[in-house]
Formats: sequence, structure tokens, C-alpha cells
Amino acid sequence: MEIKDIHIKNIPNEEFKDNEYLEQYVEELRKNGTNVVVGTLNDIINWGRSNSVWPLTFATSCCGIEFMCVGAARTDFARFGWEVTRNSPRQADVVFVAGTIVQKMAPVLKRLYDQMAEPKYVIAMGGCAISGGPFQSSYNVVKGVNEIIPVDVYIPGCPPRPDAVLYGMMQLQRKIKLENYFRIGKENK
Amino acid sequence: MDIKNKILAIAPESVVENEELLTISVSAKDFRAVVEWIKSKEGGSFDYLQDLIGVDNGESLGVIYRLFSTQTNTALVLKTATIDRENPEIMTVSDLWESANLYEREVYDFFGIKFINHPDMRRLFLRHDWVGYPLRKDYDMSSNPLSMKNQTPEMMETTETLTLDSEGNVKGSQFQIFGEKEYVVNIGPQHPATHGVLHLRVSLDGETVKKIDPNFGYIHRGIEKMSESYTYPQILHLADRLDYLSGTMNRHAVCLCVEKALGLEVPQRAQYIRTIFDELTRIASHLLGWGCMCMDMGSITAFIYGMRDREKIMDIFEENGGGRLMCNYSVIGGLSKDVTPSFVSKVKEFIPYMRKMLKEYHILFTGNPIARGRMKDIGFLSKEDAISYGVTGPSGRASGWMNDVRVLEPYAAYDKVKFDVVMREEGGTYERYIVRLDEIEQSLRIIEQLIDNLPDDGFITKPKAIIKLPEGEWFQRVENARGDFGVYISSKGDKSPYRIKFRSPCMTLVSALNPTVCGEKIADLIMIGASLDYVIPCIDR
Repeated sequence: MEIKDIHIKNIPNEEFKDNEYLEQYVEELRKNGTNVVVGTLNDIINWGRSNSVWPLTFATSCCGIEFMCVGAARTDFARFGWEVTRNSPRQADVVFVAGTIVQKMAPVLKRLYDQMAEPKYVIAMGGCAISGGPFQSSYNVVKGVNEIIPVDVYIPGCPPRPDAVLYGMMQLQRKIKLENYFRIGKENK
Repeated sequence: MDIKNKILAIAPESVVENEELLTISVSAKDFRAVVEWIKSKEGGSFDYLQDLIGVDNGESLGVIYRLFSTQTNTALVLKTATIDRENPEIMTVSDLWESANLYEREVYDFFGIKFINHPDMRRLFLRHDWVGYPLRKDYDMSSNPLSMKNQTPEMMETTETLTLDSEGNVKGSQFQIFGEKEYVVNIGPQHPATHGVLHLRVSLDGETVKKIDPNFGYIHRGIEKMSESYTYPQILHLADRLDYLSGTMNRHAVCLCVEKALGLEVPQRAQYIRTIFDELTRIASHLLGWGCMCMDMGSITAFIYGMRDREKIMDIFEENGGGRLMCNYSVIGGLSKDVTPSFVSKVKEFIPYMRKMLKEYHILFTGNPIARGRMKDIGFLSKEDAISYGVTGPSGRASGWMNDVRVLEPYAAYDKVKFDVVMREEGGTYERYIVRLDEIEQSLRIIEQLIDNLPDDGFITKPKAIIKLPEGEWFQRVENARGDFGVYISSKGDKSPYRIKFRSPCMTLVSALNPTVCGEKIADLIMIGASLDYVIPCIDR
């Protein structure tokens, strides 16, 4: 099945790199057919959700500065509906793990993630959050944030450029658009 | 020199290791008498404890004290050691220099050396249930698997203190940091206004702050231990990521230290360009610091303005170094590549632009009555406290302490340029704010003098392919955007250091929260903290 309905403003589907993966995702989600009413409602809700994903203000190190750059004048993620960063995890939809996570911070991050309301997403930003990055051989560093919480999108770089962050954010938007909203939370249980 | 002879008279067993940079090794039992004399007026009043370094010498555990006298700018290195590895104990100096309080806790955390009479022997960076001391050479790397248990307040609150009674016996006693009835508010580790993952526990009396207990280690990455197995060019990348807002300068410091050890002559062109990059980084850092401070006061506009103008510098970095935030430009011996042909014109375009913007900042924000009302007359730090706590950089200079390493110990091309060290006397929040903005102007002045006169003698003196430092130890200081950034390298002749220590200017800034904020209202804590402008990964390393 071709992905027709994951439409991101101004960027054609061919320009994204991992369409096969999303096609698989679609197939899996919709193999039993979707109810027409539910399907349409789903599309509308997901359109709204994907265009108002609010990140949590969470940064431990260098990547946080690049994250601030994405929010500032030149790249301005408000254009994509990411609008504002929220300071309380209870109001946030996505957590950008921007920076190294060490052993002392790991339980704190887990708690923050648990405090967020469903549906919630995690973006691992930068080498440290993906695998420990340059600090992999350290005695105190968690080797990849996916050891603690599930990750939706990985943005490589040390730190990633703002354009890379935008690309990763749009990937998450596409992922959100593909979800069956009425089944979120049920699949995990 | 009479300091040397006097120390030898007080402690006859002492060994003078180095005459040039006076380095004296004192035995643990005479140590306290020597430091007390050094701190006193007749002892040369070494009132600034720049750094306190723990070392594992194999059979003994040692501590190195790097001291300066702020009047004469003479340097002194004191060393002491204990051979008892099971139960190492050394007398504290935290009653003489306030900055030693956190430094000694750090040494305890990494090496397990207990300081007698230190009021608060808790771990500083690592979890309170951590097993072993990671910077000891015999530390087992697998002894602390990832634990997802949250730390309980009891773990963080109980502290131990060792006291020496008149008969020479060491007694330990435990007590709580905060009393039963005290009202304690937690700020952080996840808080938008602590500028990183800092955890402050603040005791309040109504709205007034009584005491602050900073809690570090939420981003302790163990850079110093990692560096012991990395080669010198690899360490440069870790130095960048300490204080990422002054990455270029930290890298510069490590380069200078290694070049000093190798005796490498760096081409003039590379030195000029390094200086320009340092100053550009300083401007970028101050812009961000200014923007964030204003944002903490509720002015998002200032943040957007600061970040907008910072992008111009990021463009120059990217074009020449290849990276935006991590410029990766300096390497040992010079620069990784020459500047691009458009470098000079881009920088020249930036200077008048920045000057124009600075005026706008002053009109928009400095002159704003609401901002002035919030900043003026709060958060004072006296000059004596600034020196004792080791508050360097713009924050220290706002208190009237001339501590600019660029002038005191010129490096790169700083001895070839004219600039004013921006100083204020009062030491309040507004002064720290204004010193930063004025420093941007001085940085522009430095760049202006250098940019037209770039020499033409190549950009690198290539060192050998495998860099091995001779046996010995070296110190290097640079002025980064937050203050006195120091590097200590001790080598045994290998291609990686035996011990490397970075002196973080930010740690002392946070420790100075106590004299600065106590007595002020809790609502001002965030802003006073922002005016000190600390970066947490630099503290935690």
C-alpha cells in the first residue's frame, strides 16, 4: 500500500528516506480493514495531533542549545505547530532527550516520562541519547536512552544541526498521522 | 625565595619539586600548619585557591593545591599525600578558602580521601549508593550497574563530618543538612530555569531564602577518567563538550597545555585566528547568557534577539570549522584547516552589525524600568567573597576583582591587542548583567585589531603522528566565557595522560549562590542564578 495520506507541508514523500518502514507500519495497522467512520475521525484527529505536538523543556547538555536554536528566530519550529515548549511533563506530548543521560539522571527521566499523558512520544536527539555517543566508555553514562524508555525517532549528530532536528520532527509527524488513535494505549497492554 | 625557605622551616621534610613554578610537596602531618601560614598576610596571602586536584599516585593518594595571590599574582603549587589507601585522611582547608568546600567533596567522591574537619563529607557527583571511587586506578568499571531506583531525600540529606579532638583521634559524627522544622523547596533537576540539570534544595523562611544546598551530578559523564585511556587529540573533543558555550576556548586550553609540554611553536597566523575564534565564542556565549537571563525575567523577545544574532557567529564557525556549536577548529599545533577566503569579510560585516544590535539591546532592555527595577540592588557578592569562593570571569569582575587571565597570563595573541577589562565595583545582579554586555564590545575591539593583520606563516606546526608527552605535569589557564578555565595534565610518558583535571569556573559560580542569594526572595533566585551564568555539564564533567 502506498502512503498517500501522510502529507507534510511542502515536502513530497519521496524526499523522506525511510518510506518502506512506514509502509510496513501501515500494512500492519490496517491489515484487518478500518471502519469508515472511525477511519475518517482518525484522520481528522491525527491531523490535529500531528500539528500541535508540544515538546517538554528537557535538556541535559549540548544538544539542548541546538534545540533552543530550533525554537528561536531562524528555524522556528512554531511553523510546524510545535509552537511552545512546556515546562510540565503533564502538558507535553513529546520529550526530546537532548543530551547525555547518566545513572543519577536515569530514574528522573523515567519518572518524567511516566508523568506524561498518553499519547506520548520520545525523540532521542544526538549521539549521547542514541548510544552514549562520545561518552560510551564512561562508568556513569547510560548507553542509549532506549534502555530506559521507548524511543520513536532517533536524530543522529553531535549535536544535530537544527535542520536535522526539523527533519526528525517531521518524521514523528508522519508517524503520528499513521496511528490508529482509538487503539493507542491498548496495543501496549 | 623566602616563601620557599619559610615553608621548609615550618615543615623540614618538604620537598621542592619545581623552582620555576614553585611546587612544594608537604607531608600530611605538617600540611595544616603550612597552609595556615600561606593564607596569612606574612605568608604572601595566597587568597585564591584556583584548583584542588586529587591524584592516585599508585601507592599513595594525593591532593594538589593550586594557589594564587590576588595582589601579586604569584602562583604556588602545594602537594600532600597519604599512604593509607584503606582509610585516607587529610586535613581540610575549607575553613580557609570557601571554594575548597565543593572541591574537597569532589576529591572524596572520586578518590575516597576524607577531609578532617570538613563540615559536609557527602558525595558530590555520583549517586549516594555508589560503590567504590571511580578515579582510583584500581576501580572496577563493572561495579555499578544501572540502577533505576530514585534517590531518597534521606540519602541526600545525611552528612558525615570527621573531627580531630585534642588527643589526635579522629571522630566521625552524622547530622542532617536541614533541620526538622525547616521548610525546604526542591528546584530541579528538571526545571526550565536552572539552566541545565541542577538540583537546588532551598530552605525558606517565608519567602526569604535561608540556605541553599546544590546537588550536582545529574550530567556527570566521567570525562576525566575516560581521558586517561584516550589519546590527546581525542581528548580535545571531550573538552569541547564540557562547557559547550565556550567549547572553542576549552579546546584551546587543552591545545595550549599539550603544546607547552611538547615545546611546540604554534604559527602566528594560527594564534591570531584562535584568538578571533575565542572572542567570537565569547560573544556567542554572552548573547545566549543575556538572552536566557532576560527570558528568566519574562522577556522572551530578548531570547529571540540573542539567538538571532548568535546565528551569524554560528555561520562563521560552520564555514571555517565545519561544526556549529562544536567548532572542532583548534588542533594540537595549530588549526585543523586554514580559514576560508570569505572569513575576513564575513567577520568584518559582523562587527558593525553587532555594535548596532548592542545599542538596540540597551534601548530595549537595559533601559527598561521594569527590568532595572528587578535587577538593581539585589544579589550582592562582595569582592572578598568572590575571591574566597573563586568566582572568576564576568561575575567576579562585576564584584571588582581583576581576574582576567587574558591580561594576567596572556596567551595566543592577547598580548598584541589593546582592550579594557570591564569591571564594576558593586557586585550586584545588574552589574553582572552589564559587564557581560560591555564585554561583547571589548571582544569586538579585539577582533577588529586582529582581523586585518593576519600573518601569513601557515596555520599548523604538525606534531608527530602519535603524540606522547614527556614525563611531568603542566598547568594551563585560559579565560573562557565564564571565567578561569584550567587544565592540569600529568603524564608518565604515554600517549594518554596519567591524570587530567579540568578546573570548572561554573562550580564556584554555583557555590557562590549561598552568599549571593541568602536573604533575598525566592522569586529572585532564578534571576540571580542566571546572572551568574553557569553551565551545568562544565561543573559535572
